Amino acid sequence: MPYLLRRFMQSLLLLFVLISFVFVVGRIIGDPALIMLGTSASETALDQLRENLGLNQPIWQQYLVFLGDLVQGDFGVSFRYGFSMMPSDALRAEGTPVLPIVLSRLPATFLLAGTALVLAFSLAVVLGCLAAMYPRSWIDNLVNVISLASVSVVQFWLGLILIIVFSVQLGLLPTGGYGSWQHLILPALTLAARPLGRISQVVRSAMLDELSKPYIAAARAKGVPEWRVVFVHALKNASIPIVTITGDELSQLLTGAMLVETVFAWPGIGLLLIDSLGRRDLPMVQAGICVVAALVILVNLAVDFAYTVLNPRIEMDNRGGRA
Amino acid sequence: MTAVDAQTLPQDEAHDRAAAITSRAYFGALMRDRVAFVSAIFLGLLLIAALGADLLAPYEPNQANLRARFVPPLGTARDGGFHLLGTDELGRDLFSRLMHGARVSMSIGLLGALCSGIVGITLGVLAGFYRGLLEDVLMRAVDGMMALPSLLIALFILFVIGPGFGNLILIFTLLHWMVFARMARSLTLNHQQHTYITAARAIGGSDRRIILTHLLPNMISPLIVLFTLEIAVLILSEASLSFLGFGVQAPQSSWGLMIARGREYISSAWWLVVMPGAAIFLTALALNLVAAWARAITDPVQRWRWLTPPRRNSQPIDDED
Amino acid sequence: MRAMQPYETLDAVPAPLLDIRDLRVSFDTPHGLVKAVGGVSWSLSPGETLGIIGESGSGKSVGLEAIMGLIKSPPGHVSGQVLFDGRDVLTMAERDRRQLRGEKIAMIFQDAMSALNPSLTVGTQIAEVYRLRRKCSQAEAERKAIELMDRVKIPSAKTRVGCYPHEFSGGMCQRVMIATALALNPQILIADEPTTALDVTVQRQIMTLLAELQREDGMALVLITHDLGLVAETVDRAMVMYAGRIVESGPVDALFETPTHPYTRGLIRSMPRLDGASGALHAIGGTPPAAGRMPRGCAFHPRCEQRVDRCLTERPNLRMVAKGQAAACHLAEETRHD
Repeated sequence: MPYLLRRFMQSLLLLFVLISFVFVVGRIIGDPALIMLGTSASETALDQLRENLGLNQPIWQQYLVFLGDLVQGDFGVSFRYGFSMMPSDALRAEGTPVLPIVLSRLPATFLLAGTALVLAFSLAVVLGCLAAMYPRSWIDNLVNVISLASVSVVQFWLGLILIIVFSVQLGLLPTGGYGSWQHLILPALTLAARPLGRISQVVRSAMLDELSKPYIAAARAKGVPEWRVVFVHALKNASIPIVTITGDELSQLLTGAMLVETVFAWPGIGLLLIDSLGRRDLPMVQAGICVVAALVILVNLAVDFAYTVLNPRIEMDNRGGRA
Repeated sequence: MTAVDAQTLPQDEAHDRAAAITSRAYFGALMRDRVAFVSAIFLGLLLIAALGADLLAPYEPNQANLRARFVPPLGTARDGGFHLLGTDELGRDLFSRLMHGARVSMSIGLLGALCSGIVGITLGVLAGFYRGLLEDVLMRAVDGMMALPSLLIALFILFVIGPGFGNLILIFTLLHWMVFARMARSLTLNHQQHTYITAARAIGGSDRRIILTHLLPNMISPLIVLFTLEIAVLILSEASLSFLGFGVQAPQSSWGLMIARGREYISSAWWLVVMPGAAIFLTALALNLVAAWARAITDPVQRWRWLTPPRRNSQPIDDED
Repeated sequence: MRAMQPYETLDAVPAPLLDIRDLRVSFDTPHGLVKAVGGVSWSLSPGETLGIIGESGSGKSVGLEAIMGLIKSPPGHVSGQVLFDGRDVLTMAERDRRQLRGEKIAMIFQDAMSALNPSLTVGTQIAEVYRLRRKCSQAEAERKAIELMDRVKIPSAKTRVGCYPHEFSGGMCQRVMIATALALNPQILIADEPTTALDVTVQRQIMTLLAELQREDGMALVLITHDLGLVAETVDRAMVMYAGRIVESGPVDALFETPTHPYTRGLIRSMPRLDGASGALHAIGGTPPAAGRMPRGCAFHPRCEQRVDRCLTERPNLRMVAKGQAAACHLAEETRHD
């Protein structure tokens, strides 16, 4: 499978570039000690921290140490997590390892993102197909309006609006938190808005393209029922652009989750990252970014894999990359 | 976004150029599409509000008035002042604050799109024109960067170098040049095949001349559409970043920041959250609608729909028996 | 004995299999209502081969699509009668119409490869409707697909039943289409330019195959083409269409020996002859009218060498000109058939 192998190597390379980028920005452009302790910290405290973190070594040596630690899953320790923000805490030798904390927050984010995607995708496919089947009808207009609106709205604002309507005014759902399906609804809906709009638009245009092709007319002439013509014949061939956009949206979901988790206090990796940024917890931030970026790259790879399954021609033509 | 395919026959090109000359024709076309027209008017008003906020706003945006706290929209304060969109926790008029905020949000959007556009288009055109290694490297970079979550990276960089207006523009340039580069390259590749390029070379035109006087003017339309769309994207991005505390900082106020502030009072003063967000929404919506109209009208295939008045004729054209 | 009506040249025997009466098809376009087919009548009897000759835009394909009920009602408008076994296809419910397709009437198309779904296997597509209608298992359907592929002489059917359309050549794809069409043993097969996209040798093979299948199953064949040579070899009766109307019709031998309508004559004259007697190649000057820009009077008059003043104002109706032969031309002498 040379195509997939090539994509895999590219993904690894990208991941490597990203990790190096995190290193460069963290260590070279920024001063980790300053970042972690803030500008009001004393000079001695800063020096002490630099010594603890090994920041006085030559850069290339730091880089190698960094990479070495990474491979072992060691992203460093956090001095902030669970502690107060006293500068002296940063000087303590012990802290909580960062990577396990980051990973422990993933399930909550997956739950949120997964629910949102399933909601958005299923609704989008149905709406998009209907819009393509009945062009210029009210459903076609509805789909257009929805997709336009969903691209123009700010996700966190949408979440806040939903809170205002359903929690504050109507009192039906909680304003945030975690634990039951009621806590899941509003954040999932908020997160699902944007992918719904974009996927339904792509479904619609891809289906319009396919439905005008000769093999569709031939299938109808054969006597195939219309629902099968649309959902079996046309949809299968329209699936490549649909899968592409879904993959795009999935990686966007992971970052969109950051905003939504903040609004709804949903304890996922997004909220962790935002909190860590606020607490100046550099190791945690670095770990979080690397993990999320790695996930995004993984999703892209999965999308490419889905291509080869859906369209037998890709494997044979051995086309590289996405259109 | 797909690149506009610019392969047209010579007689179509002449016709298109003829149709393109009359800006009156464009204005007429804009009038015909009511949605785009309304959007354009809205954007115009917004621009006026942003530029003239100092003169046009009914109140001082930063003037606290403790006797007018939390006035709801269309309400009157205890001291008799009318507030179209209500006031915030310090009694500051929301409408005036929105107008001033418009300046910040829109200028970030415009400047960001401009800078990333210039960088992206330059790189894209060079890649498409010279091909070879430059193109390969550039396109790999584009693919790679577009695969990464931009909000995350923006946050990280802002975390390290600090927030603020200038840094925001920098980040946007860094993270949004790719869309422009991709489209510019694709357009350049399309246009290179046209004979007038070969003709220009034969006359001895320098590369720079060919690019500037022949290629670019023909690529302008789809690039402007993309530019409009990117302004909307950047306004939304800035709102998100400001909401999280990494964008514009006080005392400057953007719409996103206003939403963040208003969040505290969400249960009592909903308008503090709803109004700024609505402003963002309507602006982005208007930009998207105008961009969609512009895209349709510069597409030679669809153009006739707006430039020729519609014939309402349900009679069969040939004779009946 | 009553006089034979002009449209009855195309009626073979009483109780025809398919009976078309005054079929008209028009479409809504941004430029107004455009007529694609205007007042066409003909019929088909079991087992016979009918040829429909015409250039692109003559309405030949649109007419057949209308007959199968495949024209979408806005923006298309279909009127007239299409009687199959006495029932009018045009007034039937869509569900019943769909039953007819595949089981009674089947259609094969010009570009076979693009008429096949690229992401479904050949076997799936051949047996698809068979499986749906007969409600059989997947194994049974595959068996049927292999059987059909053997019938149309696709080599190594068992191994190739799971292949995709792009793995076949053009000629093989056309065989696949024919196999698909035969799956439910239809009584009528409509072949819309089945060989136009193929090499000459492959054309021959396909037409031979069709003739064989026709003989075996007693199927009627409607062959739509612009290739006169094909018509001459394979067809019993033929009609010539121009600008959405029938301009000449009759038994194929009579049509070729004594063509009446100037268009038919022009077509026949423009066929190159292998015995070298054609001299300079003849062509009919001008181009067919674009739909929606019909000339007044006879639609052919701008290109007709023999036109008279009457042709510019009055449209000629289809008239009997010889036994079993009719033409729509003012200059053709009307004969009455007793």
